[in-house]
Amino acid sequence: MELTRRDALLALSAMGIAAGGVAQQLGDRGTVSAEVTDGTVAVAEVVFPSSVSGNREFVETYLDGRTEGDGYSLEEIASLLDTIDREAKRSTGRSFTDLTPSKRDDVLREIGAAKAYPDPDGTVPQRIRYYLVNDLLYALYSSPTGGELVGNENPVGHPGGREAYQEGPDDE
Amino acid sequence: MSDAANVVDRTPSERVDVCIVGAGPAGALMADKLAAGGHDVVVLEAGKRFDFESRLRRMKRSIRPAYDDLDVWDMGGPRDDFNSSGEIFYPLNHKRVKGIGGSTLHWGGRVARLPEKDFEMQSRYGLASDWPINYDDLQPYYARAERELGVAGVDDNPFAPPREQPFPMEAFPRSYSDSLFEQACEKLDITTHSVPQARNSEPYQDRSACVGYGTCQPVCPSGAKYSADVHVRKAESEGARVIDQAAVQRLEHDDSGETVTAAVYRTPDGETHRQTARQFVLAAGGIEIPRLLLLSESPSHPDGLANSSGTVGKFFMESPYIHLIGQLDRRTRQNLIGLGTMESHQFYTPEEAEPGSFKIEFGLGAGPTPAQLALEQRTPLEGMLDTMRNPTSVGQWSENARNLGGIEWGDDLLANIREQYGNYFSISAEIEVLPRVENRVTLDRSTTDAYGKPIPDVSWNRDPHAERTIERAFEVLESIVDNLDADVREKHRSVLWNGVGHHSGTTRMGTDPGNSVVDPQLRTHDLTNLYLVSSSVFVTSGAMQPTLTIAALALRAADHLASKL
Repeated sequence: MELTRRDALLALSAMGIAAGGVAQQLGDRGTVSAEVTDGTVAVAEVVFPSSVSGNREFVETYLDGRTEGDGYSLEEIASLLDTIDREAKRSTGRSFTDLTPSKRDDVLREIGAAKAYPDPDGTVPQRIRYYLVNDLLYALYSSPTGGELVGNENPVGHPGGREAYQEGPDDE
Repeated sequence: MSDAANVVDRTPSERVDVCIVGAGPAGALMADKLAAGGHDVVVLEAGKRFDFESRLRRMKRSIRPAYDDLDVWDMGGPRDDFNSSGEIFYPLNHKRVKGIGGSTLHWGGRVARLPEKDFEMQSRYGLASDWPINYDDLQPYYARAERELGVAGVDDNPFAPPREQPFPMEAFPRSYSDSLFEQACEKLDITTHSVPQARNSEPYQDRSACVGYGTCQPVCPSGAKYSADVHVRKAESEGARVIDQAAVQRLEHDDSGETVTAAVYRTPDGETHRQTARQFVLAAGGIEIPRLLLLSESPSHPDGLANSSGTVGKFFMESPYIHLIGQLDRRTRQNLIGLGTMESHQFYTPEEAEPGSFKIEFGLGAGPTPAQLALEQRTPLEGMLDTMRNPTSVGQWSENARNLGGIEWGDDLLANIREQYGNYFSISAEIEVLPRVENRVTLDRSTTDAYGKPIPDVSWNRDPHAERTIERAFEVLESIVDNLDADVREKHRSVLWNGVGHHSGTTRMGTDPGNSVVDPQLRTHDLTNLYLVSSSVFVTSGAMQPTLTIAALALRAADHLASKL
């Protein structure tokens, strides 16, 4: 199942971010640093299912929208990614982005992101859960591609029209 | 937009014909009609004017677990303090919105005319009291209300009262899920039909058609669902003045005690103002209207304004709901749209007094959404807290075992969502209650709100009539589920006693000033220029959503008031 920029734009819409400006900027990136994009993609490769591809394009568009949208702090993301990277180097001697997804999974769990309550104003693990883990999961499962993975092609928050609810499941 | 609050002129207007308190559907419709008739109208609204563009952000708040339900429309805090003293806790602020548009900002959008029997409960069943008006009196106003709000529907309900014309828009088609239940109902000779919706199935009066965000409750980002800010904008284009964040504190009257002279209100800058007018309309709902009357006590009205009958605040009614929720052995296609498309009113007009009326709704939002399943995973600590609250739940203990390693993500999470999403169903019934004197709104003088005024106290208690109706309704719902062409993996009952925000009855209508607050024209018996336009005037509430009746009463009251000006 391939994620697309359109999926990211629709996910942004579901997050309350008017993505019209983002769509116009798609050919004119530059606000989000390569480090932030690389780091976020590396997290996405852990928290997204392995059957999903196109993560980089999805994440780029998504991060652009976050910058453009509601004043969501990229500095916050960058800071959290730095923390994750430091933990990766401490425990493995390598950068987070250079690790295999399995090792990255270990690092995120070691840092406490899987046991912290998601809180945008909380501790570092709580903010990693909120801003990185949950935001990416939300973006995925509120996009049509993410929804289709589980049999819901018009996820709540996505303006996907009025046909899906009338249609039966695919296997009928 | 906090700066905007300081630059808006909130000082009173001069030479005003009508001052309306509250910018929900009743106040907005009256303001529009009276302003269109050339009258000078001022509307005072305690809540904010919300930017339409903010709705996407508000929708996010409604979906993300980090936000509380109250955050969606900025409810709660000292402005909205309340107490609940009955046997059932009444979470008042979850049941209303203060702001331009009022509670229609978060309502579900289902609309129905009250059938004839709801106006004749005493004559037919020897229960409660009859309304002093009947369905025939309201029928033309129901038709107008459907055009004003924009209602999508089709005349396929054999249990509905007579109609005079088609609905303004085509009905929303039935869902796949409905088809499963339709078959079961047919076996039981239960007739199902469509659901009239104040929601655009096509573009209507400059508003979008529904595009399927699926978040009707509590926020429609497209504006396809009617909300009363629509008529506030119309009223303003007709010349009405609408002041937000103008919290009315009390009404003042003249020396005779028979005429209201001013509404005293507070603004965010801390100032107190007096808005004078020839006529006053309270359109602030079933809680704040009685509260404002009680707060306006004076030497000539020691028990509160318009309260010579002693009934202001009494006979509070809500709409309990029951749900039968479960999982089938197959996909039910839930959470793909935010509305419901099938109901049955077959049990609405019973032969005997009890069990009373109930209305069956077939749900389309059963069970968690994929995003909820992904985001609302419980941490080990939270899981242990859940276990302490519910130590006998085997499911909770196994959930804890799974949580020990932390939340899932990646392929494990996907597998988990696939397992948990997709097979849920829900059938619900709205339950009739009767007006009872112990269910009431009073002032809690021990606590004050942001303006130093006593907060409202809601006393809400179980109703034996409703309890007997609930038993019968569950029997019917269970029989429907038992007749499904599917295996039922699990099912459980739940009763939502505290209702769904249909507060009514607290300033009831009648012809006898000794036991009612307003006359059939909605003018108070005690004051010659004070009207109450709200579900607070309902004598009984039936088991239907009240908003279309509120709108019909507002249009009727506007006609009457225009004839007096």
